[in-house]
Formats: sequence, structure tokens, C-alpha cells
Amino acid sequence: MAQIATIVPIMLTVGANRIVPGVAIPHPVGNPEAGLEEDKKTRRKLVLRALKALQTEISEQTIFDSD
Amino acid sequence: MRLELHKVKVRDVRWGDVTKLEDGVLYVDKASAIKEVADEVFAKVDLKLARPGESIRIIPVKDCIEPRVKLSGGRDYFPGFVSPMQRAGSGATLVLDGAAVVTCGSIVAFQEGFIDMSGEGARYTPFSETNNVVLVVEPIEGLDKHKYEAALRIAGLKLATYLAKACMDSKADEVATFEKGTVAEESAKFPDLPKILYVCMSIAQGLLHDTYVYGTDVKSSFPFLLHPNEVLDGAVVSGNCVSACDKNTTYHHVNNPVVCDLYARHGKDVNFLGVVISPESTVLAGKERSASMSAALGVELGADGVVITEEGYGNPDTDLCLTAKYFEQAGIKTVVISDEASGTDGKSQSLADATPEMNAFVSTGNVNEMIVVPPMKEVIGDAGAIALLSGGSAESLREDGSMYVELQSIIGSTVEIGYGRIGCEWV
Amino acid sequence: MSYRVVCYINQFYGGKGGEEAADFKPALVKNPVGPGLELQKFFGDEAVIVGTIICGDGYYAEHIEKARAECLKMIQDLKPDMFVAGPAFNAGRYGVACGDICATVAESLGIPSVTGMFPENPGVELYRAQIFIVKTEGSARGMKEALSSMARLGLKLLKGTPLGPAREEGYIHRGIRKNFFKEKRGSLRAIDMLLQKIAGKTFETEYEMPVFKKIPPAPPIKDLKHATIALVTSGGIVPRGNPDRLRVSSSESYAKYDISGLDDLTPDKFESIHGGYDRMWANLNPDVVVPLDVMRELERGGEFGKLHPYLYTTTGTGTSVANAERFGREIGRELKEAGVDGVILTST
Repeated sequence: MAQIATIVPIMLTVGANRIVPGVAIPHPVGNPEAGLEEDKKTRRKLVLRALKALQTEISEQTIFDSD
Repeated sequence: MRLELHKVKVRDVRWGDVTKLEDGVLYVDKASAIKEVADEVFAKVDLKLARPGESIRIIPVKDCIEPRVKLSGGRDYFPGFVSPMQRAGSGATLVLDGAAVVTCGSIVAFQEGFIDMSGEGARYTPFSETNNVVLVVEPIEGLDKHKYEAALRIAGLKLATYLAKACMDSKADEVATFEKGTVAEESAKFPDLPKILYVCMSIAQGLLHDTYVYGTDVKSSFPFLLHPNEVLDGAVVSGNCVSACDKNTTYHHVNNPVVCDLYARHGKDVNFLGVVISPESTVLAGKERSASMSAALGVELGADGVVITEEGYGNPDTDLCLTAKYFEQAGIKTVVISDEASGTDGKSQSLADATPEMNAFVSTGNVNEMIVVPPMKEVIGDAGAIALLSGGSAESLREDGSMYVELQSIIGSTVEIGYGRIGCEWV
Repeated sequence: MSYRVVCYINQFYGGKGGEEAADFKPALVKNPVGPGLELQKFFGDEAVIVGTIICGDGYYAEHIEKARAECLKMIQDLKPDMFVAGPAFNAGRYGVACGDICATVAESLGIPSVTGMFPENPGVELYRAQIFIVKTEGSARGMKEALSSMARLGLKLLKGTPLGPAREEGYIHRGIRKNFFKEKRGSLRAIDMLLQKIAGKTFETEYEMPVFKKIPPAPPIKDLKHATIALVTSGGIVPRGNPDRLRVSSSESYAKYDISGLDDLTPDKFESIHGGYDRMWANLNPDVVVPLDVMRELERGGEFGKLHPYLYTTTGTGTSVANAERFGREIGRELKEAGVDGVILTST
């Protein structure tokens, strides 16, 4: 499982192992305030990051915040 | 700065031909008051009265406001909203002590709450002890929620100011004085007293999750310093129901107990530096920024200790942890006041986040604890709204009118500025 | 009419011997024995000890199911209103035996069960959530005080007297938070606590920071191109109208919805009912909470094998840890049985 959410400290404390930092609380997988195109681009980037996290071997909680 | 609160005791509220205060009774001219707050976005506007001990339930409630008006040092009240921008906190203010305006009307969002004027539920809110003038509105069809919330918020502030203004000539039963110089002046006067800062974390997260200072919401604001008199004199307005239980109502802000209690000890065993409003952001970078900059303010002011109060539960728990951590790392001793979300069984972890530096914690109760409130003879607003409120569900309202709900649906029940005596223990 | 109490003690306190008698089989004496004599004095005439079970610590530990059943039968036959075991102080096997038999009696007979242990006794972590364990000293030096506390607590439980906090009632807390009204308001308590802290004096926090458990990470997906991925959310995204009436907070349930025919979550068909965040963005475009549009594109592009036909959804805010853990386990099991290889969980 890979979790996309904004408040990384909470994900760490509850024990999520594959963590992808989200954009904002009301829209973790998107940036609608920046317009439809940017929004979709951001969403795609985060989902791809999550998919990459699912394929990555880890031994402890890991934050995936780059591509 | 020197502020005098001229408190006029209100022990009853009744309808009258003219809005005025006489022998402790607040008379309200309904037509005149409604005219004061009418707005084209309201399809219906009504006022109701709810007194302590009456069998009345008010639901859903958005905010509670203490009726006040400047006697000197400014005009009207709530600078930035009702009065134009003016620095709050000096001169004299008339307070209708024992009265409150309560805003009610169809629901904006899920975290609004209720007030019971008697019975079990009354024990948990300060507004079962105030004489309430309830503003009940219905928005016009299709009104944008943000516009509705803003209009009702302003209407509540206007009504509170109008009521106080109509009683401006009343003689005060009590005058409370708040006098304190600048940080530099007071530190020179009391070099040996511990310097205490108060960080008032305030929700800044969107529709019905906002806080306003001098008329603007603090979503994009950095943490900033206010003289305590400003907080006690209407600079801060609530635009949120961040859950009914732990929202700081506008009434709570002008009566902030941390401010009042630190002020009472200022010059005796503390040097009260002032109040930092720290916005609780929806993004992690914002939380880091608020926490870091609040701590930086503490360092610049030479604080020895800080009281940090949270607003809300869940994601703001991270703001609380970060703020406590940064202050402690800067060598400033920290105590936090927060409520807990330990589940209806009381067995869940109380906070969504934790940090070892947060070792001095005052709890204002478990928001999920279930209570039963008896049926009320009269419901102002919409009894069925409990089904939609956080802490309630479709099954909460029973046939006889009693409700089985979480404490969090009662306005002010676990307010984290420590207004009440509620606490939480291990059993 | 006084309450009937049954006691449980080990071979040593029962006068049968020390470690050499640890295999003593459960025996019933229809009278108070050993510590029971003093316990009876603390009960006065409000409660009567009608029987004492004596059992060897070794016997209980090595034949736990048998010992439990044998003891329970003897206890049951005496028709007690309350059960008292120990106190075990810091003796490990004795503590576990007391804890086990108390928990069994509490569950099977539905009567108050009280024991006493030193906080470090292994029996405490195992049983504290199920029974009342009075806090005792580390050895029998604290016998009198332990018995006095056990009697006092026991009588309160029997009479249904509302209890105060665990620390006031003298027992080791059961991990439950409960609201109480205090003498001073929160702001005063905070300032007092802060001044103590600044002065370097001891202070008592009202809530200790928890230590969180770690979960071993799952192995990575080796072949994403042929993997089935599922979407799960705690952001409260549901079909318009919330057909399964998911709660806006403090969830008691989750739901699953068929998204197999959809390329996108649109506001005419879906909405957010989560009470803890501004739902404006989610209600304009639910994809910003559950990224179905992008997942479908990536699926078509062959980035991964298949998108699981069901979306699982619940509301995170205020939901108890116990419920959240249950949802996780159940959803996890269902997904595993359905052959799902990985999950993307989105939260607000």
C-alpha cells in the first residue's frame, strides 16, 4: 500500500510505510486552484510516485517525495 | 494600553417596544433588530429568545457573540467588520454581561453544533447560562455557501453591536480594567518575572473553518503578535465550526481565559508578553511555517515559557506537535491545552500525532464521549439537523426528542483555550 | 444481605508450601484463607467471603485451559457477587494466573473481578484492559494497603457507585479515557503546570505522549505491468446522495462502489461527505481526492495491469483507532482474496 496524504507526520506516527506527500488537505491528489491542466499534471505525478513506491523495496517507513 | 470593560449585568431577556436595558432586563425590539441585520441573501430572518433553564434546544449553531460596543477609544465594535479598522484594546467598552447572540439557520457544513438551555447538555456549554438572542435565517435558494456563511457571520456581529449600542447609556455593574505597557516597558518593570507568551493556534482552513482578525481571514497570514487587550476587545472573530465542541466562538475570543488568567497574574508571578495568533494551515509547509515562526517570535521576545492552545482536532494536532517541539528546542518551556479524540469507547489514541517534547499537556476532554440529552419542549432551528452534524448520526435523534450524541456536537464543550473545567482521566 | 465474595490465592498464601508445591491442583475451602482473613475485616459486614480457591502457580501456568475451567466451575457453584484474586505483587506466574482467572470470571459470570499487582508484573500488560488491577507495592510488605484498596474498590463496583479516575480509585488504568469536571478551569491548570515546569519542579501531565507501533512493510510489487491496483480512501467520497449513509465523522462503517464502468469521478455522480475539511474542491471534482481519471489513463497506457473494479471509502475524521484497524483488516482481506496486488490509499 502507498498512502497519499498531506500531513506526513501523522502518516509517520500511525505507521504508514510507503508515504507520498499530498498537495493539501482538501485536495491531496490535485492542484485545482492552479487550473485544470496543472491539476491533472500534479495528479499524474503523485499517482506515478505512488506506483513507484509500491515497486520499491523498503525496510522502514519511507517518504517518496521526488521522481 | 488601558482597556476598561464596563459590564452591565443582564439577568433576563424579553421582547419590548424599544431595545434597551432596564433593571437587568434586556428588552429587544424585534422589528428594529431584524431591520438591522436584514440582507438580500436571506429569504427569511427571525429572532428568538432562549433563557437559562428553559426547555429549549438551538440547532444548528454557527457562532456565539457577546454584545459589546465601544464607549471610547473607537466606535461600534469588531473592527474590520462592523466598525472600520481601528486598533482594539484601549478606551472603554460596554459589555452586556450575561447575554449572547447565537447564529442559527440551515446548515452550512457538518461541524455545526447545538445548545441545550437545560438538562444534561446544558452542563457542557457556557451558553446555557447566557440570555440568548437567537438569529435564525434561511438563505435564498441556490445561494453560494461561502456567501451564506459570510452574510450570517456579519449579521451576527451587527446584531451583537446593535444590542449593546442601544444600551450604551446603561450604568456598569462592574468595571474590569486591563492595563499593560509594551513588551519592552513591562520587561524593564519586571525583570525577574518569567516571561510568558501565549500562542493561540487558530483554524485557517476554508469554508466554516476560518478565523478572522481585524476583518480578514488568517489563511495566508504568518503568526503575528497582538497585545492582549486587542484579543479582549474584538480583534478576533470566529468564522468556523471546526467541530462545535472546540471552536473558539467569537464570545470565547473576547473572554479568552488564558489571556484573562495570565493578565490577572501579570506583574505578580508572570510577565505576560502578549498573544501570538498562529494559523493552522491545510498544507504541511504551512504548518511548519506557523510553528517555526511562532517559536521565532518567542525567541525574539525573550520568552521563558509559552502556553499553546489548539483549535480543532485531527490535522491541527500536527501543528500542535510542531509548535511545541520548536519552542522546546529553542529552550522555551511549553504547556499545551488540547482536547482528545479517544473514540466513543475512550480506547483510541487521543491525538493524531505526538512528539516527546509535549510532556506538559492539559486536556479539555474526549470529544467522542457519548451522552444522552433529554428532549426539549422547543427547538429553535431544525431538530433533524443532528443527523448531519459531526458527533451525530441518523440514529441520534430518538422519537421522544432525546438525543444520543457525541460530546463534540455541543457548542463549546471541549474548547481548548481552557474556558471550562472539563478534563479527561484514565479509568 | 451482604454480598458473596469468592477469593483465589496461590499455594504459598494457601499454606501448602513454596515452589515445591507450585503444582498444587485447584482446591476449594469454604472459608477465607490467608490474606482472605484480613480482606474479610476490610469488607466488614457488607460482604462475606464464602469460599477460597487455592491453586499452584505452576499448575495454572502449565495447564492454563484446564486450570481455568476447573477453577471457574468451583467459583460458579458458589454463586458469588464478586471475585477477588491475589494480590500477586510482583510475582509473574501468580500475576498471570490472577489476571487470567479474573478475566475469565468477569466474562463468564459478568461479576466484578478485582486483583492486585505491582505495575511491572507481566500480568498487568496482559489483563489490565479487561479487569480491575489494584496498584500494589512490589512485595507482601504492601499487603495491608493492597487488601484495603481491593476491598474499597470491590464494594464500589458491587454497589454501582460511580468511579473517579483510576489514580484516585487506586487501580492500574484500563486504557480508557473518560471525561471528568475538575476544580479549576483548563487555562488555570495550564498556567500552574507551566510555572512548575519553568521552576524545574515536578508536574503531572494530564495526558502522556503515546508510543506508536511499527508495521513491517509489505514486499514490493515485482511486475507492475500485470498487477491489479485498488483505490481506497478515507476522504469520504461517495455516490451522490450517500446511499449507504456513511457518517460524516467517527465512522462505524466503510462502503465499496463499482467504478469499473467509469473513467472519471464527476460531481454529478459523486460527492464528499467528510465533515473534517472544506469539501468545495472535492465536490467540484472528486478526482482531487480519489484520482480515478489518472488511474484509468495509466491503466489504458499499460503502466499497470488492471484497476480493481471497487473503490473502498470511509470517513477518517474522528474515527476511532479500533474501527480504523478493523476496516483496514477487513478491506485488506477482501482485496487479497480478490487478487489485488497493491493499494493506493488517499487521505484528507
